[in-house]
Amino acid sequence: MLEFRKDLFAAERDDNLNIVGKGAQRQDMPGHVTGRSPFFDDHAFEGLLHLKVVRSPHHHARIRAIDTTAAERAPGVKRILRGADVPLNKNTLLSLINFGKDDEPTLAVSKVAYKGEPVVAIIAETEQQALAARALVRVDYEVLPHVFDVEEALKPGAPIVNETYPNNYFEYHDRYDHSKLRFGDVDRAFATADFIVDDRYQMSPIEHAPTETNGSIAAPEQNDRFVVHSCAQGLFFSLGTAAKILKLESNRLHFVGGTVGGGFGGKVDSLTEPLSILGAMMTGQPVRYVLDREEEMLYGSPRGAERIYIKDGIMRDGRIVARRIRSYFDAGAYTRLSSYAAIKCTAHLPGPYTIPNVSADIYVAYTNRCPSTAMRGFGITAVDFALEVHMDKGAEACGMDPMEFRILNAYRDDDMKAHRRVAKNTALIECVQVVAEKAGWPLSDEARRQSSLTGGGGARALIPATPIDDNGRIGRPETRTGPATETLPAGTMRIPMTKQPIMEGSAEARPTPAAVPQYEPYRPTPASTAPAYQPMPAAPPPAMPAPPAATAPPPAAAPAPAQPTQHGAVRFSSVFGTRRR
Amino acid sequence: MAKIPVQFRLNGSDRAAFVGPADNLLTLLRRGLNDFGPKYGCGQGTCGTCTVLVDGDLQLSCLTLAATCEGKHVETVSGMAEGPVLHPLQQAFMDHFAAQCGFCTPGMLTAAKALLAANPNPTRAEVIDGISGNICRCTGYDAIIEAILAAARGGQATRAY
Ligand code: FES
Ligand code: FES
Repeated sequence: MLEFRKDLFAAERDDNLNIVGKGAQRQDMPGHVTGRSPFFDDHAFEGLLHLKVVRSPHHHARIRAIDTTAAERAPGVKRILRGADVPLNKNTLLSLINFGKDDEPTLAVSKVAYKGEPVVAIIAETEQQALAARALVRVDYEVLPHVFDVEEALKPGAPIVNETYPNNYFEYHDRYDHSKLRFGDVDRAFATADFIVDDRYQMSPIEHAPTETNGSIAAPEQNDRFVVHSCAQGLFFSLGTAAKILKLESNRLHFVGGTVGGGFGGKVDSLTEPLSILGAMMTGQPVRYVLDREEEMLYGSPRGAERIYIKDGIMRDGRIVARRIRSYFDAGAYTRLSSYAAIKCTAHLPGPYTIPNVSADIYVAYTNRCPSTAMRGFGITAVDFALEVHMDKGAEACGMDPMEFRILNAYRDDDMKAHRRVAKNTALIECVQVVAEKAGWPLSDEARRQSSLTGGGGARALIPATPIDDNGRIGRPETRTGPATETLPAGTMRIPMTKQPIMEGSAEARPTPAAVPQYEPYRPTPASTAPAYQPMPAAPPPAMPAPPAATAPPPAAAPAPAQPTQHGAVRFSSVFGTRRR
Repeated sequence: MAKIPVQFRLNGSDRAAFVGPADNLLTLLRRGLNDFGPKYGCGQGTCGTCTVLVDGDLQLSCLTLAATCEGKHVETVSGMAEGPVLHPLQQAFMDHFAAQCGFCTPGMLTAAKALLAANPNPTRAEVIDGISGNICRCTGYDAIIEAILAAARGGQATRAY
């Protein structure tokens, strides 16, 4: 079933591994098969209280009044929590790495922006009592118009979903309305292409549906601390988030976890921890807050839906010479991790192919939907789906076998990628070859002879001159006055950050982000005389041996060394534009 | 609300508790008797993580009223091993990598135990039918099916992973 292809890239690997490729028993298996693995809910507490949340029945509404008097008198009710009880009732997850502005309340105060948004929390002695009291809470709403469509949300006059981002788009570094990529001259290349393949792809939101729903139990501990049994996928991420929202020193929180009943990305948002800890603080008793399956399905954050437009310019011989992508991430009502997903998406484009002209604009749009979050390769998988369907359409357009079409256009070691980093350890060609072999799909001898290790680099490593089209200009849309005329000379690694003023109000929200990208000035290189558009050479045409390995000089100045970021958060290095290598 | 006394055997030992008339067996086991083997996955009979045996019959404890267990024998995953010696199904699940997060595993093992008790030599189709009420979101069912078949054959692993 599992097959190791050690024949591939054998020279890059020491074959003296102790674990990889050999059977080994996992240390958590005995616990799993005996039912003793300690999931967050598998802990007994004397005097355990249960927390349930009143949720918005509307997609978008102003809260006029909240009346909890009847609920307070209901049997078994110990405490009712409102927005005013939350010490810092506005947060955004990536604020822990200084990215984005606080935009999401723990309990809504003045308005709700999606159906299911938490408004009031009830803590009672039993779950039934908490549910009964929940039905007694009266919230007076003034329903507001809502917007569900990402492109509608970005139009002028759309309902304002999230007051922190009044234009309904996430603002990168307080300046930019989207994330963008420009490499070469797509318009010129489209004009010379033999075929244009243009399409639109719409994804659905996807619920992770872990068998264990989100939840946590918090209890007062000795030494004025709180023990928190959590299903968080990032335990310390959750600890930091809870400490911030509750304005507690993080050493007063003792998080216990790591045994997660399926997460897939749906357990990184700290959906329950802040409220169960706050409940334990307010009542002095252990508090358990677990989503039921309906809440998990409807209000546990999903993978965000993406809308992706792709336009390819293809030559008769099958080479893709230009690719333009426009994509919209549906963040739902609050940011959570969508801003990060869009950066991953931009960095991933144009997929694992070497295409000499690439242009992409990636937006994060707010809509009155449940906020979306991480899920298994978020930012990548959806656009890959779209790209690969588009590859099939491209192959059809130029009458090529889809596998051969991929091998022809695949990136190879030492090629320059559109975001101006050199491709290393590429393996698409080998993957396609193995898949074709397994599927019994006939490949030509030439295609079977291709290798990721050869044929890359050289002219394929050059950075082309890159004109800045109107939408290629950087900054908020209203600041882009007049047509753009600039062309970045060939070889340009980076461009200076705009001097445009940062968004109003952000200065007092928090100091200018400490970790804005560090740009290096343009330095001319020998490659700077290369023409703007250059047909991609050297993906060896069928019936010709692979060209020798690159002999051209290195095309561009070495990138600046990574600037240390404030938190050294390597995992999020792409957020800051720093390099991991 | 008046509580109802209920006595039953849990994995071979006598237990007694007071329950509300609407309390389900899952809550009684977990929160009343501290048997955290059966899990809450949905509370509405759709996922199988709460599966237990009541007098040998497969039951979803989230849909079983606790008070109806009076005088019965309830078995959960917590009673499957004989002291430190694993049940052949437990060993087979380990050998076949039949769990990832492990949250569905107690229900899967209990369903498999009921299946093998009724049908010691099931076909693959019968195994699939036997665990059709149990959802696993991580593992993929293939490893689970292989593990159950191997346990039925006497615990011999058919292939190494
Ligand atoms: S919890 Fe009983 S079937 Fe899901
Ligand atoms: S192992 Fe995670 S649900 Fe089955």
